[in-house]
Amino acid sequence: MNNSVLLVSLGGVLASAAPILFAVIGETISERAGVLNLSMNGLILIAAMGSFAVALATNSVVLGFVAGAAIGGLVALVVAFASLTLGQSQVAVGFVLAMLCRDLSYFLGSPIMGKVGPRISQVPIPLLDRIPILGPLFFQQDVMTYLSFVLIFASWFFIFRTRPGLVLRGMGEKPAAAYIRGENVSRLQYVYAIVGGAIAGLAGPIYSLSVKAGWKGTISGLDGIGWIVLSITIFGGWNPFRAAFGSYLFAFLQWLGLVLQPSLPSVPSQVLQVAPFPLMILTLLLVNIGSAEWVDRTLARLPENVRRDISRVLHALNAKPPASLGEPFKKE
Amino acid sequence: MPNKTNKSPHKPNEPKKENGSLEKLQHPTEGGAKEPRALEGRDKEHRASGFLYQVGAVVFALLITTIVLLAAGVGPFQAYKAIILGAVGSWDLVSNVLVSWVPLLLATSGLLVTFTVGLWNIGIEGQITLGAVFTTWAMRAMQDSGWNPTLILVLAILAGMAGGLLWALLAGALKTFGGVNEIFGGLGLNFVATALNIWLIFGPWKRPGIASMSGTLPFDRSLWMPIAAGSSRLTPASLVIAIIGIIIVYLLLENSYFGLRLKAVGKNARSAYMLGIPTWQHMMASFAICGLFAGMAGAIQVTAVYHRLIPSISSGYGYLGLMVAMLVGFKASIAAPVALFFAALNVGSIQLPIILKLDSSLAGVLQGTLVLCVILGQGIRTQVQKKKRATP
Repeated sequence: MNNSVLLVSLGGVLASAAPILFAVIGETISERAGVLNLSMNGLILIAAMGSFAVALATNSVVLGFVAGAAIGGLVALVVAFASLTLGQSQVAVGFVLAMLCRDLSYFLGSPIMGKVGPRISQVPIPLLDRIPILGPLFFQQDVMTYLSFVLIFASWFFIFRTRPGLVLRGMGEKPAAAYIRGENVSRLQYVYAIVGGAIAGLAGPIYSLSVKAGWKGTISGLDGIGWIVLSITIFGGWNPFRAAFGSYLFAFLQWLGLVLQPSLPSVPSQVLQVAPFPLMILTLLLVNIGSAEWVDRTLARLPENVRRDISRVLHALNAKPPASLGEPFKKE
Repeated sequence: MPNKTNKSPHKPNEPKKENGSLEKLQHPTEGGAKEPRALEGRDKEHRASGFLYQVGAVVFALLITTIVLLAAGVGPFQAYKAIILGAVGSWDLVSNVLVSWVPLLLATSGLLVTFTVGLWNIGIEGQITLGAVFTTWAMRAMQDSGWNPTLILVLAILAGMAGGLLWALLAGALKTFGGVNEIFGGLGLNFVATALNIWLIFGPWKRPGIASMSGTLPFDRSLWMPIAAGSSRLTPASLVIAIIGIIIVYLLLENSYFGLRLKAVGKNARSAYMLGIPTWQHMMASFAICGLFAGMAGAIQVTAVYHRLIPSISSGYGYLGLMVAMLVGFKASIAAPVALFFAALNVGSIQLPIILKLDSSLAGVLQGTLVLCVILGQGIRTQVQKKKRATP
């Protein structure tokens, strides 16, 4: 009995990681193409609000999801236009959009606040859901959670095993080389930024039509998710598998915070909710510190066998961003 | 300090720098390279067209907000009128605008310094929060000591500045020694600061009886920063502090050798390094200055506005300060009026839910649209000029 409760709640962790996964992989694709979409926090909020509004008006969750993707793509288009065509700072535009879209979703969403709308339900997969342990964990989820599993593998396969994926990787590293090889870099960057934005936009409806169904304005608990998404993208080293690990780790830690709450009555729930963040900083530090010069110098002084182990760990954790991230390509 | 040392190629008054500070974030090496042809007349024309684009951006932003309001089914003029009346309708409202201008201007002042070295100090929210936490700690420690209230307030504010400094140096150290981008390190530290704040309010510093979201027990009235006659909240001392603050930043950035070197690092860290300017030390120094300002903002929130620690003590002034700094193109000279305008929008929209049943986030929509349009307008302008130069 106790075991099955645990399994169901761990299944819930997988479901609550789904929106984060979509957003992280969308951002990964965009950043792989060299476009940093810093607007993620506002993008997810406005996609959540907009898709709930559409689903409420049309009573169709499918249209809700379409709206979420469209909104995400649209926000990404603004980032791409401002940086690729107008040559403005991606950080500046992204930050402004993060603030603007957040306030816009609160403002436009106030009439539908607290309303009960359609939501997607769990679809157990016949036969597979009977498998002990794995069944309740993986095969009693809703459609979007299944899709999130697929997305991890599909995006990894696309980025690392296909030709367009090779071009995508090359574009983020050295756009000039991709250009010389006859690729229309600017157009491809637009395409990947918008596709990445649309995938990330799906995180909105996954929240508002499933994980945290409905729209509750400032108390939706969605404000801040986008910033976590951006850190997980770095932690994930722009690799879908590592990104998935980061997303599940984060969702698991948040769940752990809720579970531990009753046994730590002196700690307010808001504190445990943010427990993953210091850990996030620490991982970011570990991801980056391997490339710091003073680390090398310090390591050089350590005895050989210790040094080898430490540098191996640092090397495994290390992740390098796409070299041209944030700098639009200009042919000249 | 004399500032006429002309050894560096980065002159403080390069004409192009003034209009192109946003793009500098992206092309640190561009800038002064094609300058020699910039004649006096052309410079004037340049500035005039810049002004035109800015006006255009403001008009465009108002247009977009109007469309948003129409989409929400509200008369736009009704909404604008409500905001204006909500900000300047009475002396009490005006003094509320000034009350929120002070922390916003302090945050903006600090951010101008970090922006000058090309850093995005998003961690400023946490620095404000830590300032408030340290101030509250100092006040709690001294409130029963029987010391002179002025002395207690001064020491508490200094403690707050130390708190902001500590949190900013942490972000700076993560950046310079850990390789963690200041945006993500700062964001993480913001969340940690919020958690610390809430833990203190609900834990060790909770009100006798029951802990609540309304914050810690208010301090004794004798320990409030003195309030202006005829106002309910405005404290003249904090106004003076904020104005002195922006003047210091202006002098520092525009009139000192230190400011010149900060600019050099911000424009091109590599060549600044080659010229013998210690790069990371300047970055840390700018973090430290910004942290002091942010800590001061947090200290004023505690000693002059809320008289206690509340969960949302930073009230988003850090993020809003980033928007103001972007909108003024990182120029200290016009930061004060623009910050005042933003503060007026914030205060003016507080009454919107009561008067028009509109969400008060309209202020944020207006502010965000404005900054976005100015950035886009700047981009369009550089593109148009590039085309003009290509086809003489």
